[in-house]
Amino acid sequence: MTTAPRPGAGAPRHYEFPHTERVTLDNGLRVVVANIPRLPLVTVLALVDAGSSNDPSGREGVASLTARALTEGTTRLDGASLALEMERLGSGIDSGSDWDEAMVHLTVMPTRLERAMTVMGDVLMTPSFAPRDVERLRAERLADLLQQQVEPRSLAHDKFSEVLFVAGSRYGVPSSGRTATVAHLDAEAVRAFHAARYGPHTTTLIFSGDVTLERAVALAHATLGAWTQTTVSPVAIDDQPRHEGRRVHLVHKSDAPQTELRVGHGGVPRRHLDYFPITVMNALLGGLFSSRINLNLREKNGYTYGARSGFDWRRGAGPFVVSTAVKTEVTDAATREILHEIARMREETVSADELSLATAFLDGVFPIRYETTQAVAHAMATAETYGLDTDYYSRYRERVRSVTADDVRRVAREQLHPEQLVIVAVGDASVIRGPLEALQLGALHIEDTTV
Amino acid sequence: MRIPITSYRLDNGLLVTVSPDHSAPLVAVNLWYHVGSANERAGRTGFAHLFEHMLFQGSEHVGSNEHFELIQRAGGTLNGSTWLDRTNYFETVPSNQLAMALWLEADRMGALLPAMTQEKLDTQRDVVKNERRWSVDNQPYGTWWERLPALAFPDTHPFHHSLIGSMDDLSAASLEDITEFFRTFYTPDNAVLTIAGDVDEAEARRLVELYFGPIPKGAGKPPLAPMELPRTFGDWRRVTVEDDVMVPRLFLAFRSPVFGHPEYYAASVCATILGSGKGSRLYAALVRETELASDVGAFTYDLSKGADLMIADVTARPGVSAERLEAEVAAEIDRLRRDGVTADEVQRGLALIETGYVSAMQSAGDRADKLSMFATYFGDPALANEQLERYQAVTAADVTRFITSSLGEDNRASLLFVPRKASEDIA
Repeated sequence: MTTAPRPGAGAPRHYEFPHTERVTLDNGLRVVVANIPRLPLVTVLALVDAGSSNDPSGREGVASLTARALTEGTTRLDGASLALEMERLGSGIDSGSDWDEAMVHLTVMPTRLERAMTVMGDVLMTPSFAPRDVERLRAERLADLLQQQVEPRSLAHDKFSEVLFVAGSRYGVPSSGRTATVAHLDAEAVRAFHAARYGPHTTTLIFSGDVTLERAVALAHATLGAWTQTTVSPVAIDDQPRHEGRRVHLVHKSDAPQTELRVGHGGVPRRHLDYFPITVMNALLGGLFSSRINLNLREKNGYTYGARSGFDWRRGAGPFVVSTAVKTEVTDAATREILHEIARMREETVSADELSLATAFLDGVFPIRYETTQAVAHAMATAETYGLDTDYYSRYRERVRSVTADDVRRVAREQLHPEQLVIVAVGDASVIRGPLEALQLGALHIEDTTV
Repeated sequence: MRIPITSYRLDNGLLVTVSPDHSAPLVAVNLWYHVGSANERAGRTGFAHLFEHMLFQGSEHVGSNEHFELIQRAGGTLNGSTWLDRTNYFETVPSNQLAMALWLEADRMGALLPAMTQEKLDTQRDVVKNERRWSVDNQPYGTWWERLPALAFPDTHPFHHSLIGSMDDLSAASLEDITEFFRTFYTPDNAVLTIAGDVDEAEARRLVELYFGPIPKGAGKPPLAPMELPRTFGDWRRVTVEDDVMVPRLFLAFRSPVFGHPEYYAASVCATILGSGKGSRLYAALVRETELASDVGAFTYDLSKGADLMIADVTARPGVSAERLEAEVAAEIDRLRRDGVTADEVQRGLALIETGYVSAMQSAGDRADKLSMFATYFGDPALANEQLERYQAVTAADVTRFITSSLGEDNRASLLFVPRKASEDIA
């Protein structure tokens, strides 16, 4: 059998990110539309500046609870009827929040858009927040927190932020709150948060799919045109890490067959001028399958099923973190290799060949990221949330391609801080404590979650 | 909604499907090999999946880590997955990189073995053992997906044993096993290839013939143990598992008609009515009304041979006992049996299924995977275009008939997870 020689690439075909148009209604509501008539589908995403960063101290979790409670009933439809009305239209209506925004979204066939938008308008403007529904969602969050005590991944995730950020930083508490703060929440708190943060000035309505600008604006006007709001002031977030030097936080889980590892430190805000060089640097370090950290831990050593690094992009400085789960016996060796790769990224300039692995990937994969109306809507939401330039998506690929090896070295030195690394390990302390101490990484603190 | 579908067979038996869509400059390449954990021999559980990992370790003209790297350099995404009855490999690449993707797939189908070494096998064995620890052993309720098939299929049935495999069996896998498995199952006549997206049909035909044409046909694969099963379990079987969890969770399975069978569509609509979305029966009753559960789901496994499973998955709220949880879920099932379903509920289910289907057609990778599925199971990728019509033909009477025949006490399997300190109240 003969095998034909390895082929090269053909000439690339041109691609444009979907064109977006924007209109602001008289009441201040922004409407942004990407008309993509390819398939009979429309995604509608309401983006509200009411994310978890806005939680008052002691009420952490109220933004998340409010966002989830929006779809549990309106003055017109109770929760059960609302769910049925939407599902008869072939769509759920999902609501939730992240650090920076609350979101309500749905995807329907265009013929069902009018009815779906009526529900969307009610959910945003006149949610009922019935005490029983709010209490149920609150109890579900408390149940999640209870379960988390035996769920090593989310335990490691939340513990990392808690250990990393200064006391009092909103980023140190999980976005949906912790048991002590969720205990204080009720329908009253949710109503107050909704009244303070939800309205036409804080909301952008995003349409993507088989819908024209005219139709989208007419629907926005009909359903949300009467919405009013007084001015809202932005909330500043304390995103400072503790700056206590390198340290290890060990959470004991007896007989754990694996250790969940998180290694990282404070990062930078999304609007940082070096966003592109940092993204390319991270892709090489641990963002790609063929990145240094994954190839080392998985393909060379077989320590793990996978390892990755990432900057958690937010309005404030979210964390930079390396995440992996490794066999208990190699916890120290895996930690040492992660530290080694972080140091190496700072010390050596990457070759042109290695650099192109990241730039060619990020450049080439761009159209593949936006195949669905949902993906396009979320990209539009990111641009809104962080105030990205109007030509951000049309210039994305050239900006990735223009990152140099010197840029990568510079941002590695500026944004990776080996001496400030926080290492969180959730695993069997009786096996991993000694070996981790022997690495002499810094102060080691042990916590026992056994209940 | 119909998508363009052309299919043909190479002389070596490879079934090829092409589905053009020029709306964006990207193309999906998707291969299904008709081999899964069902084809494993005794003492080698987990091997089909371990083998899948080895397909990313290079081939005669591709270096150790080069497969991933070449696709990513091309701007593509890629992966593979193993299921009970098939293994798939897929990538979506910019359309000017189609030749590279096809060449890589052909090289590993035609010439994998020269690249296989003991060292690579040992490393991937460790990776897979870590995958097992990560997804099964160190995850609350993580063993459900090996315990449920074990409960629902008899010991001798090909779907009975663990897909991820036991640690001992993974340890026992050898290079000789790799050679034998490759020669038996990784042949063009045991595979289908789908190309979907920005592709010129004539160019696709030329490339496929160039790269896959020279690969010789296989010698056939050994038959599986008998797959056919009675229509019901014949009993209500139960297993209770003490696990490192805080609240009980029930998986309640029903034997149901195989994927593609006329009655399958009624079973699928039934699952949507029962547990899909906040308007479903289980959500309305157990999450919203009585507040005994925090989460519900219902789905079919979509197995195309022997028998399928319809499964309800319900997680209790803290303080609710496992017995209560099971009794309340059973009461909802019995209500379905007593009253049947309404035309309105069926319409709701069909609307959700329709949107889900059209949504899945947006992505070239998902579209290619669906076409490969119909090509593998039924030899006819064009069945993808008939699915919505088959669903739309389902009536409330069809669903009620399925409920009557399949949701009785003679056809239930309860897999019940309980907190390890079962005697203490954890509320």
